[in-house]
Amino acid sequence: MSWLTNFVRPRIKSLIGAVKSATPDNLWRKCPACGEMIFHRDLVAALYVCPQCGHHMRIGAPERFAQVFDNNTFEELIPPEVAPDPLRFRDEKRYTDRLREARQKTGRIDALSAARGTLDGLPVMVAVQPFDFMGGSLGMGVGEALVNAMQSAVDESRPFILFVASGGARMQEGVLSLMQMPRVTIAVDMLRDAGLPYVVVLTDPTTGGVSASYAMLGDIHIAEPNALIGFAGQRVTANAVREQLPEGYQRAEYLLQHGMIDMVVNRKEMRATLSKVLHLLMKRSKPHAVLPLPPRVIAGTVARVPGGA
Amino acid sequence: MHAYLDFERPIAELEGKIVELRQLAGNDPTMQIDAEVGRLQQKADQLVKETYARLSPWQRVQVARHPGRPHFCDYVKHLFDEFTPLAGDRAFGEDAAIVTGLARFRGQAVAVVGQEKGNDTKSRLKHNFGMAMPEGYRKVQRLFRLADRFGLPVISLVDTSGAYSGVAAEDRGQAEAIARTIEACLNLRVPLIATIIGEGGSGGAVAIATANKVFMLENSVYSVISPEGCASILWRRPEKAQDAAAALRLTAQDLAGLGVIDAIIPEPIGGAHRAPDEAMSTVGDQISRALGELSHMSPDDVRRQRREKYLAIGRDLK
Repeated sequence: MSWLTNFVRPRIKSLIGAVKSATPDNLWRKCPACGEMIFHRDLVAALYVCPQCGHHMRIGAPERFAQVFDNNTFEELIPPEVAPDPLRFRDEKRYTDRLREARQKTGRIDALSAARGTLDGLPVMVAVQPFDFMGGSLGMGVGEALVNAMQSAVDESRPFILFVASGGARMQEGVLSLMQMPRVTIAVDMLRDAGLPYVVVLTDPTTGGVSASYAMLGDIHIAEPNALIGFAGQRVTANAVREQLPEGYQRAEYLLQHGMIDMVVNRKEMRATLSKVLHLLMKRSKPHAVLPLPPRVIAGTVARVPGGA
Repeated sequence: MHAYLDFERPIAELEGKIVELRQLAGNDPTMQIDAEVGRLQQKADQLVKETYARLSPWQRVQVARHPGRPHFCDYVKHLFDEFTPLAGDRAFGEDAAIVTGLARFRGQAVAVVGQEKGNDTKSRLKHNFGMAMPEGYRKVQRLFRLADRFGLPVISLVDTSGAYSGVAAEDRGQAEAIARTIEACLNLRVPLIATIIGEGGSGGAVAIATANKVFMLENSVYSVISPEGCASILWRRPEKAQDAAAALRLTAQDLAGLGVIDAIIPEPIGGAHRAPDEAMSTVGDQISRALGELSHMSPDDVRRQRREKYLAIGRDLK
């Protein structure tokens, strides 16, 4: 047993428990786009899409897993252990302190969670790189977890779905974060060599070294509406070139027009779309529509989540 | 005329005195200056040696960006015969920030790729300061396919502050272009040898540096972000670039210690810009040895070695 399984995971689990109980049923959330106050339970039922303006809120791994896997049943992979701070990096704060804060805030070890389960009966591997853990930044922990998850997908012949949001490489790991670009690319090629589909769902925002490597190497690129996707962040571009940025610049719909993604898909259609694409690529027969799923527990509330029907 | 960096000011003063003395003596043939010039020259040489023996990471960044440092086109002239540039990505255009071509290296036919920064206003604009567009990276992918088909080893000379970031680059898929080029590096079945000759700036560098052997010149840097960029994001103060340069661990010595590169190529005393021919010849010797080592590997083994090497990076670190 590793240090992770013995110590961190129970601790993380207790943290998640704490987070759950801190989210009461009657909590109201404000839509960051239109300011609408939304009842938490309604927001969960709406898959964290604002019922007023359609804004797709940033969500984490548990929410994604719940929205993809059959009956919210899945098994999470234990993230591989990596050197925690090989550069002994310190800016105005120690990197180890930033890491600890992120772990406490999110209840996760790093910005990558992966799990195996089924999607309309098809075995799949799903990885989520959420923005709330240090901006979804790519370091050794994320890189190694992706390599591990993709390798497991190859071993188990599962198509791979990645939900990604990231500001790019994690500066605090210096060149070692940069090296994750080729490292994860090798794992993507393992999926290719094994003839397994690799579907990337680009969510808000996806930029930098992540978009410039495995996030743009999918067999299929799906984006959530209005997601910011690009190489350089907008501030960098605006400062560097002092040009007026075009309307909708670097948004999902703009990338669709420029040929960089296959489709923009509303979160409510995401599960059905993923299922359809994967069944076609895997030459499986048309999946049975999964009618309203049994009530499930998400974030401490009992909510009915519409299925793929 | 030699361009001096800020931290080289004491050296500049000494060498300036020597030049002054020589000018004075030129006007007055009766002046005896040999002893004095000799003394000053010795002092200057000693100072250069001492200064370069203890460069800070930020000073190395300055040396890596030194305008007099040999650039890609200088290496092409010095190390290769029959250089034949190949242009265009066959889809959108030609990008002079990345130069690709065929050449003969010490008798052997090879493919060559690298960023060129330019060395005066006109050439800097032509080469866009070594910041490549998507079509530049797609041209590299084309060169790689060609090299693979004809069994030519690829020699890559890396020198860029990063890939270009601007509306046109984004519109044509800069991120995808870099991603595909990294993938193309990893799938090559011919040896790929990369040398960081100046700046290895982030994804724009990795795209042509994911190689069987990666070397860095002694005073080159290779980093996930520029020290200035890092300082303005993490410190929120660009003037903290010196601190960021140290924290990022971006020197050749750092990268060798982290197991990210295969060897450091020593530079002449006072940096590659003081003796460019010597520096370039040393790079040539290192590449030549690496080609020799990789030459008896099968195409599959060449690809496998590269992939296993990258998968191993970082796994032994504590």
